[in-house]
Amino acid sequence: MDALDRAIINKLQGGFPVCEEPYREVANQLGTSADELLRRLDALLENGTLSRFGPMYHAERLGGGLTLAAMQIPPHDFERVAAIVNAFPEVAHNYAREHALNMWFVLATETPERIGEVIACIERDTGYTVHDMPKQEEFFVGLRFEA
Amino acid sequence: MTPRPATAMRPDSAEPLLDAIDRQIIVATQSGLPRVARPYHAIAAQIGVAAEEVMRRLQRMLETGIIRRIGAVPNHYALGYMANGMSVWDVPDERVHELGEKIGALDFVSHCYQRPRHLPAWPYNLFAMVHGRDRAEVEAKVRAIADLLGTADRGHTVLYSTRILKKTGLRIA
Repeated sequence: MDALDRAIINKLQGGFPVCEEPYREVANQLGTSADELLRRLDALLENGTLSRFGPMYHAERLGGGLTLAAMQIPPHDFERVAAIVNAFPEVAHNYAREHALNMWFVLATETPERIGEVIACIERDTGYTVHDMPKQEEFFVGLRFEA
Repeated sequence: MTPRPATAMRPDSAEPLLDAIDRQIIVATQSGLPRVARPYHAIAAQIGVAAEEVMRRLQRMLETGIIRRIGAVPNHYALGYMANGMSVWDVPDERVHELGEKIGALDFVSHCYQRPRHLPAWPYNLFAMVHGRDRAEVEAKVRAIADLLGTADRGHTVLYSTRILKKTGLRIA
């Protein structure tokens, strides 16, 4: 990763214009060409430096359900349960964490009611309790990762 | 998931917040924006409307908060932020709003939420994600949060992620 890659990552975390040729506009601000920016962006997504690029939708405002859920899984059963949990399309992210509650995942569903149904399915299929921790209030943050 | 106009209404009118074209735009862009010179024209061609229409609707979704932002999501591990600590705090419920605002304003916190306790297993009601190059950096930042909370910090811990098991982002349909 060179200085231009870093500049692209830092720049694109802050937003992207809605106009005819947005890549050209951003490339101009970075002192490069639209073709070079697109090439770099493809490579950063391909090699996993960026996990995605595009609009980030606000699940609740689309009328869907969203929650964070946690489970306590014995180490010997962890991989089996992870495979079951990950197979649900409603599971958007899933992280292993160091704690008695060692599996933490985000559920995003078509309707708010569907959250409870998916949790019940996960409990039934895995045999373990799911702790539902929906956000009650979101506090504004402005962090970006400096590359 | 399919966005549901029946539940997504403007607060000040009965007009649905999202119509069929909005939903087509969401479905066409949820895995990412086309990486071509004129991406909004590419989306427009795909769903059969004018590019100006796509841009106008995206702009409106940005203004109404349906789109948080258009941009890049870095893999923080790939950028060297190897320590990813979910700090969780037990603070008095009557002060959680005031304290959440203060913690969210810290420049090293990436998400900050109030969430329900699950007693007795889980006494924490305030979550703040803290990222650092290593655990020492995260620990220092967590101490800074503890200092800011003072006596309102009735207990806290940090959960480090050891592995990403899945990361696909939200899927609308």
